[in-house]
Amino acid sequence: MPDPVTGDEVTGDGSQVTGLGATRADSNGAPNPLDTPYRQREESISLSRMEAPISGTQVEQESELFTINMGPHHPATHGVLRLLLTLDGEMVREMLPIIGYVHTGIEKSCEDQSYWKVIPFVERMDYLSYYFNAMAYCTAVETLLEEEVPPRAQYLRVIHMELNRIASHLFWLGTSILDLGAMSMIFYALREREIILDLFEMSSGQRLHPRYFQVGGVMEDIPPGFEGKVREFLTIMPERLDQYEALLDRNEIFLQRMKGVAVVSREDLLGLGVTGPLLRATGDPWDLRKAAPYSSYDHFDFKIPVGTVGDHYDRYRVRMAEMRESLHIIEQALDGLPEGPWITDNRKIALPPRHELATSMEATIHHFKLVTEGFRVAPGEVYSAIESPRGELGCYVLADGSSKPARVHIRDPSFSNLQSLKLMGEGSLIADLIASIAMLDPILGGIDR
Amino acid sequence: MPDATGLELIAREVRERVADDAVVGATLAHGQAMLEVRPETIVNVLSYLKHDAAEPFDFLASLHGCDYLPEEPRLGVHYQLLNRVRVERLGVKVRTTVEEPEIPSVVDLYLGANFQKRKVFDFFGVIFTGHPDLRRTHMPEDYEGHPQRRDFPIGGEPVLFTFNEHEGPYRDA
Amino acid sequence: MEITRSGNGAPGDFRASQLRARQMLRGDIEDTELEEYVQSRLLVTTFEKAQSWARSNALFPLGFGLACCAIEMITTLAGPRSDLSRFGAEVTRASPRQADLLILSGRISVKMAPVIRRIYDQMLEPKWVISMGACASSAGMFNNYALVAGADKFLPVDVFVPGCPPRPEALNYAVIKLQDKIQGHPDMGWRQRYGAEGTEEVA
Repeated sequence: MPDPVTGDEVTGDGSQVTGLGATRADSNGAPNPLDTPYRQREESISLSRMEAPISGTQVEQESELFTINMGPHHPATHGVLRLLLTLDGEMVREMLPIIGYVHTGIEKSCEDQSYWKVIPFVERMDYLSYYFNAMAYCTAVETLLEEEVPPRAQYLRVIHMELNRIASHLFWLGTSILDLGAMSMIFYALREREIILDLFEMSSGQRLHPRYFQVGGVMEDIPPGFEGKVREFLTIMPERLDQYEALLDRNEIFLQRMKGVAVVSREDLLGLGVTGPLLRATGDPWDLRKAAPYSSYDHFDFKIPVGTVGDHYDRYRVRMAEMRESLHIIEQALDGLPEGPWITDNRKIALPPRHELATSMEATIHHFKLVTEGFRVAPGEVYSAIESPRGELGCYVLADGSSKPARVHIRDPSFSNLQSLKLMGEGSLIADLIASIAMLDPILGGIDR
Repeated sequence: MPDATGLELIAREVRERVADDAVVGATLAHGQAMLEVRPETIVNVLSYLKHDAAEPFDFLASLHGCDYLPEEPRLGVHYQLLNRVRVERLGVKVRTTVEEPEIPSVVDLYLGANFQKRKVFDFFGVIFTGHPDLRRTHMPEDYEGHPQRRDFPIGGEPVLFTFNEHEGPYRDA
Repeated sequence: MEITRSGNGAPGDFRASQLRARQMLRGDIEDTELEEYVQSRLLVTTFEKAQSWARSNALFPLGFGLACCAIEMITTLAGPRSDLSRFGAEVTRASPRQADLLILSGRISVKMAPVIRRIYDQMLEPKWVISMGACASSAGMFNNYALVAGADKFLPVDVFVPGCPPRPEALNYAVIKLQDKIQGHPDMGWRQRYGAEGTEEVA
């Protein structure tokens, strides 16, 4: 039927046959752009249009490579990451990441502290997943000491780690969608994160970096109202996750920026040593919680979300689904929480409870030795790995028989994942590079240590 | 983890395939297997373990350095390998001295070793021959010294109490 | 600045003041009554006080985060529970040329210190610096070769916030203290309480 304004014929599928086409041919005889439907026209620029964008004029084609520094202070790099980009227009031809701007010398400082005092240092490496850092280190030292962790402590560790996983993914969601331009997500994500930080404050007194995990168990038992509050959180969280997905999943701009963008193959990622949600997005169900279960993860029944294509949309979906699975794990852990001690009974490693100090001389001596010198570990070296929100977090401890570790090294997942940024970024536009950095979820504290 | 017999088998295969004196030691402690090899043979050992072994270790989980002062040879580089099919970890260790810290690079086998080798070079001074781009990662590029060696001073400022508050803020080495 | 309100909020007050204003505009009030009327509605201050009041309530923080304190800073600035836009510091600018408050949140490594100095130099006067967290104020717990022990070694710092990381309420308190300082009556803390003003060291 004719369009009332221009008199054109409008067909059923939205394409237009213009009545003016015959009179408005290009001056150099190129096919009239108005002949193709609107969507198709906007998706690509034909070569003839590039060569003569304004009919009647000639524009020279010059391509010049321009090196720019996406410096350590940038609103969209997550932390102080510096990228040297060589650009051809908007296309990134080459990319060189430069790190080290928040290098703190944590690994060297750890050699100067007793084993107990290393825990706060190690917690501050990957500063969004602090419980995981402490867990990797404590697991390594417990392996060196051949120490058993009581089952209640294991379940409490699982609850806190999964809560931390949800908090880390929420912060990732807020900040990466903020980088893409949608500002409202960060307010919603931080609202839920505040509830989780309240739970951490309830159990240990600190929102970030609590020294809750100790060698041999956890520092203290959970207070009486903790379980009720966690269950309250578990009831409201699934519908909040539905709200986030409703905000994003059918958003046209979001889908166009995420689908099909920055596909990296599984073999490339495995060659680089990438693990975590990036690897699972390509379809590889590798998760250390299932493959090499630690801290009674094998008591719980949960699924591992994997993607199919390996683009940004899969990475986003994998992390959203992981949050739901974490809720499931926390529920099972709360239901099955066993009674018992929350730290090992071995007084040579764990502090005795305070009420014993008044009555028992032995307890006082143990307390004194542990606080002043710390426990000694027989010589040996151990590497143990856990699954953090970003991938495989491993800890290598070399003990030489004294009360201070001789070498503590944390294998940080973001350090290996950063090498895949080159594959994702080169050959893409700058806007896609920003999305790649966001979806990669780097934490510079872990990379730089 | 490979158990004792598994580790013995691996050590024997490496001796047969690569060189008789390649394996210096094989230890199994706390349930973890560690194989120590000589630095010149590391490329052949790792490529055997990655491609030709019966259960190939095709994932490099971690590459880190270690300073074994006061034992000689001082510097050690650990390659932590992972077999994803059987979920077994194997550590391969090489040790060199500070005076000749050269180890051939396995970047062609495991691409992810690139950044990690640069970090070991930055902190311990181990030079990986054949590495495409051996620069410092964390410290500024013109920094002198290798911080994580055990004889490098920890640095920092002294905490000022009343007895030493008239000293300057910089601690002597 | 003191702002006083006349009347006690009784229901007829607003209508009464409206009618009074109409009378003034028509020229119906004379002499002393007119003087009283005008004086009760006049705010007298110096230009500097007005300017610093406006500046303190419209701070533009620079979006600058280094390490773990940046997480708490983002939670304070943009978080739903503790929201710094209540105090006027809502617009977080990305460019240092447009910002006037630099919140150093996180550990300052040797490689990053010249970068921070350059960013500080790019900011236009007047500018203020809050050193957030233990690592930015002194080296925190990392007393080693890799960190600069405190931002005040190369920058003038106005407010130090202790904590590792400081709670959002602590950062809010720091911004309020900074507002006091901008308005010209800085809170001298214990020096005020013990009469020790004038004993500060200026490095």
